[in-house]
Amino acid sequence: MHRITEKVVLSENIVKTVFEAPEIARKRRAGQFVILMIDEKGERIPLTIVDSDPVKGTLTIIYQVVGKTTDQLAQLGPGDVIGHVLGPLGHPTDVDGIGTAVCVGGGVGIGVLYPIARALKEKGTRVISIIGARTKKMLILEEESRGVSDELHVTTDDGSYGYHGFVSDVLRDLIASGTKIDRVFAIGPVPMMRVVSNVTRPHGIRTLVSLNPIMVDGTGMCGACRVTVGGKTKFTCVDGPEFDGHEVDFGLLTSRLQMYAEQEQLARDRCRCGNHDR
Amino acid sequence: MTDKDKTEKKDGKERIPRQPMPEQDPKTRVGNFDEVPLGYTPETAILEAKRCIQCKKPGCVTGCPVDVDIPGFLQRVAEGDFLGAARKIKETNCLPAVCGRVCPQEDQCEKLCILGRKWDPVAIGRLERFVADYERQAGAVEVPETPAPTGKRIAVVGAGPAGLTIAGDLVKMGHEVTIFEALHKAGGVLIYGIPEFRLPKSIVDAEVEYLRRLGVKIVTDAAIGRLKTVDDLFAEGFHAVFLGVGAGAPVFMNIPGENFSGIYSANEYLTRSNLMKAYSFPEYDTPIARGRNVAVIGGGNVAMDSVRTALRLGAENAYIIYRRTKAEMPARAEEIHHAEEEGVQFKFLTNPIEYVGDEKGWVKRMVCQRMELGEPDESGRRRPVVIKGSEFTIDIDTVVVSVGTMANPVIPMTTPGLETNRWGYIVTKDETGETTRKGVWAGGDIVTGSATVILAMGAGRKAARAIHDYVMAM
Ligand SMILES: Cc1cc2nc3c(=O)[nH]c(=O)nc-3n(C[C@H](O)[C@H](O)[C@H](O)COP(=O)(O)OP(=O)(O)OC[C@H]3O[C@@H](n4cnc5c(N)ncnc54)[C@H](O)[C@@H]3O)c2cc1C
Ligand SMILES: Cc1cc2nc3c(=O)[nH]c(=O)nc-3n(C[C@H](O)[C@H](O)[C@H](O)COP(=O)(O)OP(=O)(O)OC[C@H]3O[C@@H](n4cnc5c(N)ncnc54)[C@H](O)[C@@H]3O)c2cc1C
Ligand code: SF4
Ligand code: FES
Repeated sequence: MHRITEKVVLSENIVKTVFEAPEIARKRRAGQFVILMIDEKGERIPLTIVDSDPVKGTLTIIYQVVGKTTDQLAQLGPGDVIGHVLGPLGHPTDVDGIGTAVCVGGGVGIGVLYPIARALKEKGTRVISIIGARTKKMLILEEESRGVSDELHVTTDDGSYGYHGFVSDVLRDLIASGTKIDRVFAIGPVPMMRVVSNVTRPHGIRTLVSLNPIMVDGTGMCGACRVTVGGKTKFTCVDGPEFDGHEVDFGLLTSRLQMYAEQEQLARDRCRCGNHDR
Repeated sequence: MTDKDKTEKKDGKERIPRQPMPEQDPKTRVGNFDEVPLGYTPETAILEAKRCIQCKKPGCVTGCPVDVDIPGFLQRVAEGDFLGAARKIKETNCLPAVCGRVCPQEDQCEKLCILGRKWDPVAIGRLERFVADYERQAGAVEVPETPAPTGKRIAVVGAGPAGLTIAGDLVKMGHEVTIFEALHKAGGVLIYGIPEFRLPKSIVDAEVEYLRRLGVKIVTDAAIGRLKTVDDLFAEGFHAVFLGVGAGAPVFMNIPGENFSGIYSANEYLTRSNLMKAYSFPEYDTPIARGRNVAVIGGGNVAMDSVRTALRLGAENAYIIYRRTKAEMPARAEEIHHAEEEGVQFKFLTNPIEYVGDEKGWVKRMVCQRMELGEPDESGRRRPVVIKGSEFTIDIDTVVVSVGTMANPVIPMTTPGLETNRWGYIVTKDETGETTRKGVWAGGDIVTGSATVILAMGAGRKAARAIHDYVMAM
């Protein structure tokens, strides 16, 4: 049982939750995630560890409410409990020896990106962050991202704040202006990661994307999380979650993410209809 | 196993026939996930146990991997002393309710029962199941007194049959035992793999609860190698470590299209259904594809469990696609028989070579090749050989790949000094399961590759004695 200590609504549908998980808090490194299950009837869902406090023994997650489980999680507040938390899972991000890194985050991906940008900064990397959202009120972690970046660019799709356009546009401009970039980290919706990878490919800039396939166990036991990278099958939970963006089959990832679209809709409808109490 | 309902006769003398097991009717049971065999009544159990002729040198016992005193327990059943029978079995087998259901008795005790030479062997498995259920339902499961604490702490990694067995044995010797399990529930394959209709989860839960009452500490959601390493366990003060992590990594065939939506490993399919209760979606949150035309690739127990699950999830056509023939299928005869009764369609001498998807990336068809049997291979089974130009297609919308499992590399990768063989299984020095790393033992599927529940339990039992000697000499 993991007690929730804090809940903050960051934007319209993005929520931050802090909960107790002392052993994971001591052990986790940037880029790793947990699988959580709210109660015995729940689904196991993966969420990135955005921050941890080894002293208080807490983990921070930031998630977008997209369906049944994230909705239910967002209803929980301080004092409520999350039944099961497994982690830390996945390979930590390799942050060593990078001169200049561009961290590109879209939507809730900004939350997933933040611990990586911070770890890079702590290693002395020059960090250029480009964060974007559909519209101003959906933008998260602007101040936090500024705090761990040497340079911060903000974009909105509708131009309501910052640069009017996509994060990939800013990246394209940076490259065109001759900025020397050693590595790009791109985390966000699948189409965004695909576009960013396409932008950097002709320039041969190593680009890492963090993939978010559907998972079950998170320990390499089921293969639900398999993705195709460079023509080979990889298990995201044990081989990832970061992969070379130039090698990832994004089309496959997109279609596999749709696998349960109908059932997910059913679960959502059922959840809001008040037919069942949890 | 066929039951000869008619009276067996020898020398004109009436004999009691092997008592048939009442079962749910095939048509009814494909519509539910309830257990298929319904169990003996006390009367049939006594009748069946009386068939045993109490051999002086019982063949059955030599066929049992954990040496259960079979004639001893059968005699008590014949006398109506069911609790005494249960105690007798539990002297060497701590999970009789499980073993009575899933052990391949036809290859073990019952294969060597003397009666089997002329008639049907004694239904040892069914009786084992009966007495264990009787004891549990009577609320008569006793928690033995544990001896004075030895002050020794032992970490068991993995809560499958190997881990559960060794934990029970060691705690009864007075040691402090903690099981670390990666999943949110203890039981290993018994809980995530074997379906409810073959092994009700309440039985596994009861066994796990019994261990808790014995004093075993069970920590779930603890992936060793991730949350902490084997080194960390020693640093925390554990005196010895047992690795019973199973062979849980799925094998795919690496053929084109295998990552289309609708294609599962058997592990994922069964985990969704059993562990996550996806068959009760949306009451439970985890979804599963309810395919109309489901192909299960493989011929083992895992394939039978998958295909029978598919039927219960509403499949109109559920196929077993197997590259050899029925004679070579590794699944238990009883399970093949159950699958046939339930309407599973077997496509033998058939091997998939490619999957075709629709515009949404969902599998819609599989391309197969026909095979014929050639010379025997290392396993002694005749090797399937492709018939050239025999390609044909089958329309399907869900596939379950059930062609085996392999070792999960997380523990070996994070444990210095722990040797593995070329398949990734942990190397043991002797039959107690001692590994190349001091203070670390291993047993079950992670040493042998996928085997059986009883062999995993046997491995746990042997390692328990060795670990006891080791920590007491410290
Ligand atoms: C390694 C990893 C890290 C992630 N980190 C974050 C994060 O920090 N913040 C965040 O908002 N999201 C993150 N995600 C995605 C998050 O897991 C899904 O949004 C969540 O599972 C949706 O569950 P739901 O029941 O609310 O929605 P559902 O209605 O079940 O699904 C909505 C969509 O989420 C995806 N999804 C569904 N089930 C799963 C599952 N079991 N695993 C993964 N994706 C699923 C599907 O694409 C689906 O279309 C991460 C995913 C992975 C694999
Ligand atoms: C579907 C199916 C049907 C079967 N049917 C039969 C049958 O009818 N009869 C029969 O005799 N056998 C059957 N078997 C085989 C039998 O179940 C196995 O041989 C047996 O369970 C092996 O036991 P084990 O304890 O070695 O491992 P498992 O039962 O595999 O248990 C290992 C446990 O370790 C956990 N684990 C793994 N890695 C870690 C880690 N790093 N940290 C913590 N925990 C970890 C796993 O989550 C799991 O719970 C079947 C197997 C399957 C998959
Ligand atoms: S071999 Fe058969 S008849 Fe002989 S003791 Fe065993 S169960 Fe009884
Ligand atoms: S989530 Fe099961 S193998 Fe990755």
